Amino acid sequence: MPSRIRLKDGVFSLVEDPFTAVSDDWAIPQGDVIISLTRFQAEGERLLSEGRKVGVRLEADEEVEALAYDLPQLSVVALAFPKFGDGRAYSYASLLRERFNYQGEVRAVGDVLREQAGFMVRCGFDAFEPADGSTPEVWERAAHRFRHVYQRSIDRRTPAFVERGE
Amino acid sequence: MYQYDTIDKDMLADRSAEFRGQVARRLAGELNEDQFKPLRLRNGLYLQLHAYMLRIAIPYGSLNPTQLRKLAWIGRTYDKGYGHFTTRTNLQFHWIKLSDAPDIMDHLAEVDMHAIQTSGNCIRNVTADPYAGATAEEIDDPRVWAEAIRQWSTVHPEFSWLPRKFKIAVTAAPKDRTAAKTHDIGLNLKRARDGSLGFEVMVGGGLGRLPHIAPTIREFLPAPRLFSYLEAILRTYNRHGRRDNIHKARVKILVAALGREEFARQVEAEWEKIGSEPDLPDTELARIRGAFAPKNFETLPAQSEAFEQARAAKPAFARFVRNNLKPHKVSGYGIVEVSLKAIGETPGDATAEQMEVIADLAERFGQNDIRVTHEQNLVLPHVKLDDVPAVWARLAEVGLATPNMNLVSDIIACPGLDYCALANARAISVAQHIAEKFADPDRAERVGELKVKISGCINACGHHHVGHIGILGVDKKGEEFYQLTLGGSGAEDAAVGQALGPALPYDKVADAVDTLVEVYLRERADGERFLDTFRRTGVAPFKEAVYAVAD
Repeated sequence: MPSRIRLKDGVFSLVEDPFTAVSDDWAIPQGDVIISLTRFQAEGERLLSEGRKVGVRLEADEEVEALAYDLPQLSVVALAFPKFGDGRAYSYASLLRERFNYQGEVRAVGDVLREQAGFMVRCGFDAFEPADGSTPEVWERAAHRFRHVYQRSIDRRTPAFVERGE
Repeated sequence: MYQYDTIDKDMLADRSAEFRGQVARRLAGELNEDQFKPLRLRNGLYLQLHAYMLRIAIPYGSLNPTQLRKLAWIGRTYDKGYGHFTTRTNLQFHWIKLSDAPDIMDHLAEVDMHAIQTSGNCIRNVTADPYAGATAEEIDDPRVWAEAIRQWSTVHPEFSWLPRKFKIAVTAAPKDRTAAKTHDIGLNLKRARDGSLGFEVMVGGGLGRLPHIAPTIREFLPAPRLFSYLEAILRTYNRHGRRDNIHKARVKILVAALGREEFARQVEAEWEKIGSEPDLPDTELARIRGAFAPKNFETLPAQSEAFEQARAAKPAFARFVRNNLKPHKVSGYGIVEVSLKAIGETPGDATAEQMEVIADLAERFGQNDIRVTHEQNLVLPHVKLDDVPAVWARLAEVGLATPNMNLVSDIIACPGLDYCALANARAISVAQHIAEKFADPDRAERVGELKVKISGCINACGHHHVGHIGILGVDKKGEEFYQLTLGGSGAEDAAVGQALGPALPYDKVADAVDTLVEVYLRERADGERFLDTFRRTGVAPFKEAVYAVAD
């Protein structure tokens, strides 16, 4: 079974991935699946009614608001990085956590390198499929590169301006 | 001046360590150039024609003597003994070895300096009025806000991978010395009738291939709400800015495509949803403000005897005073402009020795404060009038007392074909030829304020669109040609210049500028600057004269 890096209770570990990422031209297999937004809109209700877990892969040019009403039923939202310099998914992750209060897994997929780990964690991603072969140890080191942060964000790290007052 | 505390210092150390690792992975072949490029860019490292160029951040153009001496030392140790001050008030070294870059970062960090986000598709070095804290014109000290923005924008979790670069300028005076309207965001501090502080928010300015003057999307943003509002603007841009075409990716294109009203509506709608959580607590603003508390100015008479004597005795000093000394908010003090535009030299360049002299002067006479302007000059913002003659004499010894601020030879030029891989044509030598034409300082003074800006390609790093006379280098079948524009301005009366006519060959440009100036002198009415005359007469008389000569 494939695996991904999962962040849980502050710990990064490699865990098996029960989800099959299904592209639009494949038949839906048994078990838990991650499908496109288009397919979810057509088949999501049926798949959920079968009692399996369903996740949606959101492309960078799709609006996260399109999922607003379905989020409570989704186990995973996979946010795609078509190129590692494409930063739209950071805004989507922030909105999922902050505005939609989404509690499920937010997974980074696509061109995912350790350079992004810190940004991703701060914006609320908690699952990662690194394209650069990063181990959980490498990923954790990259994510914790900076001992301080200047901004409030989803990860609730204490920003510098609060640290200074303590 | 703001002093870095342990948190700020730790940030620099951590960034430096990260970059050292990235360079090691690149040199070991673990990162390919495509992957490495965005990483080195956001650490200020460009690959240019001959070598790597390192762009060092000078946040809001503010330096202390220790920092400037360190820059001089780096110039001597790792470069060819000089550096280049840029239109973003940064400093560039053009002859850097990749393998030296991590060590240079560590040396910079020792004096609280860095190259973070001086390039790449992220929020760049924030700029502010170089007269901040010294001019009586200002409503508030813009450095307070610029420093807060520096921190907020450093390694921002959500806005570090934008469609394109993003530049912010903060000004607080009616006279705009930051070119705020050519920025992605220009912030102009204002005071409401009830005395409260706020910002006029201008979004979507920019030069480059498609010049835009930033429209105002909000007349008055209460100052304490700045950061939630910035977040709303950046989120709107991060989500909706174009990523399919690098030339259409700046926020100016999004603002123009949506229209000012619709863009503003989207920002305001997002802002309402965000709420006030991202705003900075008053305690932190007060802490930063404390760092910029007024200096210990002496109580001095408005007139200085030593100063008046020197002015009467030495015409060269009197000329320097006329052009390079600006009024200070405190009686008995002045703002001294240090020209990096000596006739025949490269605009914006300073040798290591010159940097050290300025550092010494700032220490002895200038309250340890040095500023960089977006017009590529330096400023000693707090000099006693009594000391101005001594400062002038020392500057003159090292070629830094050229009395040409805002005059025709105070030219902005990009590095051009001499250094830059993107350029189509030389810019520096064109600037030198024009300056030489106006080497007679009497004539230059008679001409008065005239802003010449030169870019070696359409990326417009030399800000040619907003030059009173703008000059753009183009390639025509392997030959360098130059398109002239007139009537642009980057100041509070911002406008994009208007084309003069067909492009001119390299050796005709300085003559054409000379002709344009002659037309202005002939046409001008009392008190008019070149820009004013042009705006009154239009392009016709200028065009006629230049092309009559060219034919």
